[in-house]
Amino acid sequence: MKNDIILAGVGGQGILSIAAAIGLAAVNSNLYIKQSEVHGMSQRGGDVQSHLRISDKPIASDLIPEGKADMIISVEPMEGLRYLPFLSNSGWLVTNITPYMNIPDYPDINEILAKVKSLKHHIAIDADSIAKEAGSSRASNIVMLGAASLFLDIPFERIEEGIRQLFGKKGDEVVQMNLKALRLGREFSEKNR
Amino acid sequence: MSNKLLLMGDEAIAQGAIDGGLSGIYAYPGTPSTEIMEYVQNTKQTAELNIHRKWSANEKTAMEAALGMSYAGKRAMVCFKHVGLNVAADAFINASITGVNGGLIVVSADDPSMHSSQNEQDSRFYAKFAMVPILEPSNQQEAYDMAYFGFELSERLNVPVLLRITTRMAHSRAGVQRREGKPQNSLRLPSDPRQFVLLPSIARKNYRKLLMGQAAMEIESEKSSFNELISGNNKSLGIITTGIAYNYLVENYPDQKSPYPVLKICQYPIPRKQVEELYNSCNKVLVLEEGYPIVEEQLKGYLNTGKPVHGRLDGTVPRDGELNPNIVAKVLGMDVAEGQPIPDVVKNRPPSLCQGCGHRDVYEDLNEAMKVYGTGRVFSDIGCYTLGALPPFNAINSCVDMGASITMAKGAADAGLVPAVAVIGDSTFTHSGMTGLLDAINENSPITVIISDNSTTGMTGGQQSSATGKIVDICRGIGVDPNHIRVVTPLKKNHEENVRILKEELAYQGVSVIIPQRECIQTFARRKKSEKKESND
Ligand SMILES: Cc1ncc(C[n+]2csc(CCOP(=O)(O)OP(=O)(O)O)c2C)c(N)n1
Repeated sequence: MKNDIILAGVGGQGILSIAAAIGLAAVNSNLYIKQSEVHGMSQRGGDVQSHLRISDKPIASDLIPEGKADMIISVEPMEGLRYLPFLSNSGWLVTNITPYMNIPDYPDINEILAKVKSLKHHIAIDADSIAKEAGSSRASNIVMLGAASLFLDIPFERIEEGIRQLFGKKGDEVVQMNLKALRLGREFSEKNR
Repeated sequence: MSNKLLLMGDEAIAQGAIDGGLSGIYAYPGTPSTEIMEYVQNTKQTAELNIHRKWSANEKTAMEAALGMSYAGKRAMVCFKHVGLNVAADAFINASITGVNGGLIVVSADDPSMHSSQNEQDSRFYAKFAMVPILEPSNQQEAYDMAYFGFELSERLNVPVLLRITTRMAHSRAGVQRREGKPQNSLRLPSDPRQFVLLPSIARKNYRKLLMGQAAMEIESEKSSFNELISGNNKSLGIITTGIAYNYLVENYPDQKSPYPVLKICQYPIPRKQVEELYNSCNKVLVLEEGYPIVEEQLKGYLNTGKPVHGRLDGTVPRDGELNPNIVAKVLGMDVAEGQPIPDVVKNRPPSLCQGCGHRDVYEDLNEAMKVYGTGRVFSDIGCYTLGALPPFNAINSCVDMGASITMAKGAADAGLVPAVAVIGDSTFTHSGMTGLLDAINENSPITVIISDNSTTGMTGGQQSSATGKIVDICRGIGVDPNHIRVVTPLKKNHEENVRILKEELAYQGVSVIIPQRECIQTFARRKKSEKKESND
């Protein structure tokens, strides 16, 4: 078993919480994990990425080789496309459709979504609206995690456990809200895969 | 695996040092090294153990304080990014001549491909220069173990040890197994009271000791479990990897088993015995190293007369940038998978100053005030404010090394470029801008220095700045005329007044310092949030 995942977004959008939740789920499932990220300049509103690798065998490289990723999880639609060189032919792009426009030449969103939808394996989800439905727009990254969870070889309960661990300190209300966000994301993928 | 900790390379080093008997860590922030100190600061245990864990003003002061702790018999660690070792170099090189008392580990984090740096210099050169051992982990467990055992290595060999990492090691997480915690050393003076007195007569003796110690360092490398000669049936090629390059190699083979013999080097000096064994058993050698071609150069020598040695120097491996599994696969002539190209609709998303950041107002004020003089006169420095080089500001003309803004402005003014302006951040000012300001004062140079004070070390994530609350006093103490020290608040509503003040000082034929002061909005938001949380608790 091996899941190679690229996480993509813009600085401050919370992709590292997604990585942390999957990481906890993987550790709790006795799997090997490597997760690398680039910090620094990228915190200032630039693009950020993280390579997350999970396997039942020891993992060599901290970086996923190009053309080998099983999935791209992107909390922003243009950012997901940036990492297509990493995605394998059978891999999935799971992306939020709400653009983050902090550059003057942000392209036409319809062109971006058209490109997303031209991919054989894609999930395009309005994570921001679904997060609001779950109780907080800040949970859109957890909606994305829920949508992506369908394509992970980790039991869903383990991911729920990861969420409980991650948000446990913030109280039961926050945990329940994030669990709801997670489930709504998952349901979306089940219906739209 | 669940009893393991999931740690970044930086965190693994910190935990390894804590468990290895650390008494003090000294550091100046810099990507990708910052999280080592932050982990020590955020670990509860370190308060109980009374481990020193405050940021230093710069890398040189950090290195020297750590050497002082080593002098007193205790185990110390110094951390910085690769260019920090340039700043600390004088202390570092001479520390190899003094030797140590308590174990001393110097962590330098290199940034090949320059994800957030001005260059991709390879710290291993410094260790070779200083003639001290290098530890270079290939995974997070080794990073932990090297910090854990590194103090003893340093004490055994009587030299500081360089622990060299690169971005991917620093910022990648994996499971790490902890070892039993060791007690700290007790306070103990050096047995030779003159060991640290580098008068020529003593230094010559110490230096000869260092030279004679080289053989022992090589033996340590040959015996080290961090170095491993792994057999392979196909002897047409032998491969030498250093640090994480090993991972990129074996990623390409099922079960991580290379058909060629591989020498995995993670401790230096280069283990001669194993290198000879590999060399003698193969037709040619390929060197894969993350960084400059240091091992390759040593193997080739100047005349390059032996068996073929391939690597970055002859173009077999790209000359610059970091490695990855696909680069290595291509070097070995293997087919590589390819994804789709990046679609044309995707635009670059460069980093930019935060909305609401005070540096923005500073540049708007400055651009307005500089209109009459034209462009090309603003020397800047390293920090968030360097983003003023990009649109919409296009406000600065240099960013070289920390502190260089003030001194370059002075040099340009010496050449006749008047007025010349320096823009520097608060942390950078106390890092190494202060001494340059003294040069300018001593010659009454016609420069205008803007110290954009956001009361934090912003670029690296908002660490405590040594400058906070002290800048005006420092400038006065250095000798700036108090009438030409102007503290302003960079806010839109003050634009006109700030432009007027800037114009006045630009016209002044001497040193003036303008200090726009407004807290970084990131640290401000974090402070408000934690204050709110505290009042709710
Ligand atoms: C010698 C050296 N040490 C450390 C760094 C990493 N570094 C880059 S910017 C910066 C912080 C600058 O802080 P400050 O001057 O206060 O400016 P701010 O980012 O807060 O605007 C640091 C530590 C570096 N580039 N060079």
